[in-house]
This record gives sequence, structure tokens and C-alpha cells, in this order.
Amino acid sequence: MPEAPLSVTSVDLGAAFDTSGVGAVLEELDRDLVGLVPVKRRIREIAALLLVDKVRRDLGLATMPPTLHMSFTGNPGTGKTTVAQRMADILYRLGYIRSNHLVSVTRDDLVGQYIGHTAPKTKEVLKKAMGGVLFIDEAYYLYRPENERDYGQEAIEILLQVMESRREDLVVILAGYADRMERFFTSNPGFRSRIAHHIDFPDYTHEELMRIAELMLERMNYRFSPEAREAFARYLEIRMRQPHFSNARSVRNALDRARLRQAVRLFESREGKLTAEDLITIRPEEILASRVFANAEHQA
Amino acid sequence: MRLTQGTFSFLPDLTDEQIAKQVAYCISKGWAVNIEFTDDPHPRNTYWEMWGLPMFDLKDPAAVMYELNECRKVHKGRAYIRISAFDSTHTWESLRLSFITDRPNEEPGFFLDRQEVDGRNIRYTTRSYAAASKPAGERYGA
Repeated sequence: MPEAPLSVTSVDLGAAFDTSGVGAVLEELDRDLVGLVPVKRRIREIAALLLVDKVRRDLGLATMPPTLHMSFTGNPGTGKTTVAQRMADILYRLGYIRSNHLVSVTRDDLVGQYIGHTAPKTKEVLKKAMGGVLFIDEAYYLYRPENERDYGQEAIEILLQVMESRREDLVVILAGYADRMERFFTSNPGFRSRIAHHIDFPDYTHEELMRIAELMLERMNYRFSPEAREAFARYLEIRMRQPHFSNARSVRNALDRARLRQAVRLFESREGKLTAEDLITIRPEEILASRVFANAEHQA
Repeated sequence: MRLTQGTFSFLPDLTDEQIAKQVAYCISKGWAVNIEFTDDPHPRNTYWEMWGLPMFDLKDPAAVMYELNECRKVHKGRAYIRISAFDSTHTWESLRLSFITDRPNEEPGFFLDRQEVDGRNIRYTTRSYAAASKPAGERYGA
């Protein structure tokens, strides 16, 4: 690094913030993603670090590229994949990675089927992800303790080596359910220490789920009638107590079913003309027809 | 004798940074980048050995530089290494760029053989000093 000219002894952090476009990134994140407070806080921290690092570099102070490997843990449907997909965009705009691309893989893409197959396969994936973000979904599947001859271990070793030696070329994000990831990290301590950011995705509250539902409908050009909104709030209350509730994903599925019922209702009452209003409104009967209500009554 | 082949042959050898920039250009054009090596650098030998597979679908030159360094670990100083970029679009389907990145420590050059034939005609043959006497793999020192 060339010596900084002596005349530059101070920098304007505010100006650096404005030109970097970080503010826009954070605002967009706040707007598009409901809840997820710890996640947003961590992204804010990372943004601050990268910005200060940049300013330090401008002043000629030594900087080390920070380790940005992350692990996302949380229950189903809490937005792990969604955030990971945005992470490439965020890191790119913060100037940390060189190209705005994310390579999303699972165990199948990394682990081979016979001896000598795994290493080239893993390296191929790593090469494709270089300069951007490698996202490993359901990362705990890489390690199968019940089969000691499993090739997953080989993929893990190559990953660890690249994560350590080529930090400036690649950001690795692991994602998975909290309990299984915990077990995965316990049996692979190397991973835990090489990952700087362990981010836990909390479950959504009832209120947040309602906002998510309305956001989803808005994006699909639908909306609840006031009664339907009430019905959906009750639906969520019951559904959240039932097993296999997967947060935003369950909300999306419920909305998809409601759309289906709305379409059937419109189709079967083919009388008169439909207005745009009819086409975009979800009515309460579409929500109340759900099996969830029937089961709840049955149990009561 | 310094071997010159391909693009940039009139320039001094490129530095790693310059190589990375050329590779970035190739990637931006959608060309597949290849690494090739040989110890038979005859100008008419177009078939160099490939290091690994052609690298399609890359987004960043770091991956190519990684493979180039792997190749250097094995062949540096004992073979020529070049980078070539293949354009797969219809009607091109051929190399668009190729340049030497590494060369052996010693380059003995070529012998020009003149064969006198019928009348006063002469047939010319170039022979690599290194390749003429030794089998592949031993030509530029172990």
C-alpha cells in the first residue's frame, strides 16, 4: 500500500457514509423485511465496520480484511434464505465483494459419490462462487456421523481451508435449523471458529406475521376485506399453536390456499360482471374454510 | 531465445495483477478460460495439455488465478504455461485470446535445419533443442 500523503489527516465519516450508499441499503432492508431485529442489527454492525475500514485505508492506516463468513440459524420460515440472497447484494454495495452474485448449494452439489469425486466437485463449486457469496443451505447434512466413510468430511475440510486462506475472495454463509446446526458445529469445531457472525433468526410474533401476510398480498396485488383480515388474525393464532408451524412459509401457504378458494368462488358464481375490486379482494369465507378452524373446534 | 506466441507476445511477461485483469475481461465477455501447459513449444504444436477443465460459468478471476497457481506448483520453471479464452457463441466457437504466463527457466530455442533437395531448392525445418533430445517431462530440467 502506498504511503498516504501527509496532507490527509482527517476524513469526513458522514460524507463517506453518504457516498457509499450504505444508508440506502439499510433503509431498503428495513422496509422489505419485517421484524428480524437481531439480523438487521448485525448487518448494521458489519456495514459500520466496512465503512470505518475504508476510511482507515484512505488515511493510510493498516487494515485487515474482516472475516465475513456467517451462519444463519433459526426455525423454518424465519427468512434465512431470503436474507442470504440479499446478503450478496448488501456486501457488494458495501464494496466488500467484487461481483454481485450468490451461488446457492446443498450437500448434493459439494459431496461426490465415490472416492476422488468430492474434492474436484467441491473445488468447482468454490471456483464458481469466488468473488461473491457461497450459500450452503441445510449445511448440517454435510456431516453424517453415522457413516464414518461418508465423503462429507472431505468437502468440509476443503471448505475450511478455502474459508481460511481465501477470505478476500469468498464469503461463505451456512444456514440451517438451530438445533441441528448446533450439533454440526460441536462435531466440527473448526467451522465455529472460522465463522465470525453467528446470527440467530427469531420466530416471528403474531403481529409481525400479520404484517408479512399483508405485504405478501400487496405484492401479489390482492388485499383482505376487513372481515377477512380479522379471520386471518384468528387463523394465525390457532395455527401458531399447532405443530409444524413454519412462520412466514406457513403464512404464504395459507394465502396461496385462500387465493385458490377465491378463484373457485369467482369461477362458480359466473354471473354478472366482475370488477377489479372483486378480483383483488380476499373475503372471510376463503379464510374460514381452512381445515385449521375445523380441527380447532374438534379439539375444543 | 525468448519464446513469443499469442497475444501480448511483444510485451514483457504479464504480472499476476495484469493476468487477473485480462481474465476479468474474458469473463466479462462470457468466454471460458483455460489453462494449458507444454514442454514442446514448437510453433506448430497447437495442442498443449490442459490443466483441469475449461472454466465455464466463472464470475471472478480469483478462481482462475487459484488454478494458475496450482498449475505453477507442478510445472513452474519446467514448462510453458498459457491462458486461453474460448468463445462458445455460434459462428465463433474458437479461441479469442491466448497468452503465455510462465516459461521455463532456460529457453534454449530452436535449431533451423536446411535440407538441400532437387535443384537448388531448400526445405526448412525448425527443431526445438529441448524437445529434440529428451522425452516429455524431462526437457527443461526436473
